[in-house]
Amino acid sequence: MNDEIVINPVTRIEGHAKVTILLWEDGSVKEARLQVTDFRGFEKFCEGRPFYEMPSITSRSCGICPVSHLLASVKACDEILAVSVPSPAILLRRLMHMGQLIQSHALSFFHLSSPDFLLGIDSDPSKRNIFGLMESHPYLVRRGIRLRKFGQEIIEYLGGKRIHSSDWVVPGGVKTAISKERVNKLLSNLPEALEMTLKTISMFKDNLKGLEEEIENFGNFPTHYMGLVAPNGGLEHYDGGIRIVDPEGKIVADQLDPRKYFEYIEEAVEPWTYMKFPYYKPLGYPDGAYRVGPLARLNIASHCGTPLAEEELREFKQSGRNGVVHSTFLYHYARLVEILFCLERAKEILEDEEIYSDNVQAKASPNRNEGIGVAEAPRGTLIHHYKVNKEGIITWVNMIIATENNNVACNMAITQVAKKYIHGKRLSEGLLNKVEAVIRAFDPCLSCATHASGSMALDVQLLDSEGNLIDRVTC
Amino acid sequence: MSVRTIKLKIDGKEVTAQEADTILEVARENEIFIPTLCYLEGLTSLGGCRLCLVEVKGSPKLFPACSTAVSNRMEVITNSDSLMEYRRMIVELLLSERTHICAVCVANDSCELQEMATELGTDHVRFNRKWTNHKIDSSHENLVLDPNRCILCTRCIRVCDEVEGVHTLDLKMRGKDSQVIIDLDEPWGASNSCTSCMKCAAVCPVGAIYIKGKALSETKDKELPEFVLGRRCR
Repeated sequence: MNDEIVINPVTRIEGHAKVTILLWEDGSVKEARLQVTDFRGFEKFCEGRPFYEMPSITSRSCGICPVSHLLASVKACDEILAVSVPSPAILLRRLMHMGQLIQSHALSFFHLSSPDFLLGIDSDPSKRNIFGLMESHPYLVRRGIRLRKFGQEIIEYLGGKRIHSSDWVVPGGVKTAISKERVNKLLSNLPEALEMTLKTISMFKDNLKGLEEEIENFGNFPTHYMGLVAPNGGLEHYDGGIRIVDPEGKIVADQLDPRKYFEYIEEAVEPWTYMKFPYYKPLGYPDGAYRVGPLARLNIASHCGTPLAEEELREFKQSGRNGVVHSTFLYHYARLVEILFCLERAKEILEDEEIYSDNVQAKASPNRNEGIGVAEAPRGTLIHHYKVNKEGIITWVNMIIATENNNVACNMAITQVAKKYIHGKRLSEGLLNKVEAVIRAFDPCLSCATHASGSMALDVQLLDSEGNLIDRVTC
Repeated sequence: MSVRTIKLKIDGKEVTAQEADTILEVARENEIFIPTLCYLEGLTSLGGCRLCLVEVKGSPKLFPACSTAVSNRMEVITNSDSLMEYRRMIVELLLSERTHICAVCVANDSCELQEMATELGTDHVRFNRKWTNHKIDSSHENLVLDPNRCILCTRCIRVCDEVEGVHTLDLKMRGKDSQVIIDLDEPWGASNSCTSCMKCAAVCPVGAIYIKGKALSETKDKELPEFVLGRRCR
């Protein structure tokens, strides 16, 4: 008879997932699969809509990173208009994206993942959450909430709303410039945000000494890494070219045109999940698996360009080989370094007089029948690709979501954890959370990646060599 | 011929009116709220949306206030529980009939249907929604017609006919399949009769006809009756 164990509280991932662990006949682990079972179909139902509605519609796929979708979408629309976006508008878009990255990374690090490494992966699940953390580490929770608030304030001061401010970022630019009063308010709150980030980085680095097991076993394997870099190879989130670095840190491709992503990225499909498996074409599937997101961005970037983040980047790279860090667990570290970078970049933009210019939107009718927009979302490289008819009505859509890019690596990481910790045919809560923790390190947004809807859940199934369900844990 | 002054009661309040007035006109003169969607002062009343239905004492029928004339000693009830329930149901039916998604609509925050739903406390739609996928006409240089958001109030058709005087817009089909068309169901961009006056966009209560590149909040005419009645120079 199959058992089913229900665990409360609800686990801390964004979206709806199921993990299936396949066993050999002797009970050892053969393979583990992250399965995404829901489907929303944005690529299909956007067909027939005017292109300028795409930023509003597609950003609704996610409440955590709508700004990234907005930016990838408006960049695709800019291409359809064939306009040159005024530089003040680009600065303001970048500023909003800094706010997005700060608030999303803060959510992932403080609210979702820190209970694992501060309270212990095997600790009481009823306390292993943000509320448990409030009791044991109230100062840290306060930092997380205030940092997230600061990021959301940037978004709100620009777009009028903290979530889905899709009326402000428009094809061709942005609707309005920012007022001096708002800039001053943000600048006055920035030193506190910087101080909180530096303290958290220092605390996390101290904690790393006790987390050797996690660093060693949680998705620690060589892959390629991909992301946008600035023309000079620096850390980049809004524009630039695609760089791909191999596991040894060697640049295998640089400054690839992101608008030609289809020339070097292919998507594989597996029958057991709605999430596709992108890979680097020249290496084939699955050898062409690569990772994206904060860890990948720091691995591929030659430098940061802001003083405090530069120092942290150097230290981060020293923890790997040839400047490349492979442990998925260190995505958390990379997230903190990126928060620091975003705060410093936000300060630079806020101090730039150009943001007060009223030249913020280039207007035109559709001049091209195709547009591709690429941005670095908090979780990695995000691609929106649209085709339109001569009236600007959408005829075809392809979206490659950041989380999808990590799909192969995420499955490899789960398999590694399962092989290390599963021996026998019974699942324990501790095992479940080890699997969850490695998924959490990627900070996957499954609702984006599959456009799934519904409550958050993780369902782990243990199958024998003939595919029979032996045990199951859901939460 | 002189018009007779008469007396009637609306929601128990005694009011005077001219014999040819409609219940809606008298109610508005006396600051009694009756919801409307298809009605627009200055255009022919249609009684199509049925939101302005009222009860008249002594009759089992309901009457559209916008197109029912008052009579002497009439007793009108505008806000009974059953009327409120019917109105909520009408709004729900309108929302379920086509693809109304406020969050991504050009009319969000400036939409009369959205405002009406809020006013009537519509917090859900109890009917199965028809997610229509009608073809959008974006062929006009400045205007867009999205039938998926149309509530068939026909304000656009009436303003085009009665105020602009060109009758470019009309209806095709029947019932739920009805659609606003341009000329003889041709692309808007190919229309020879359209003067591009944009009155249709100005009177559309939802986001079915709008001006390209602008949110409805930027283009909606805040003084619609004045505009339709020609009291204001445009």
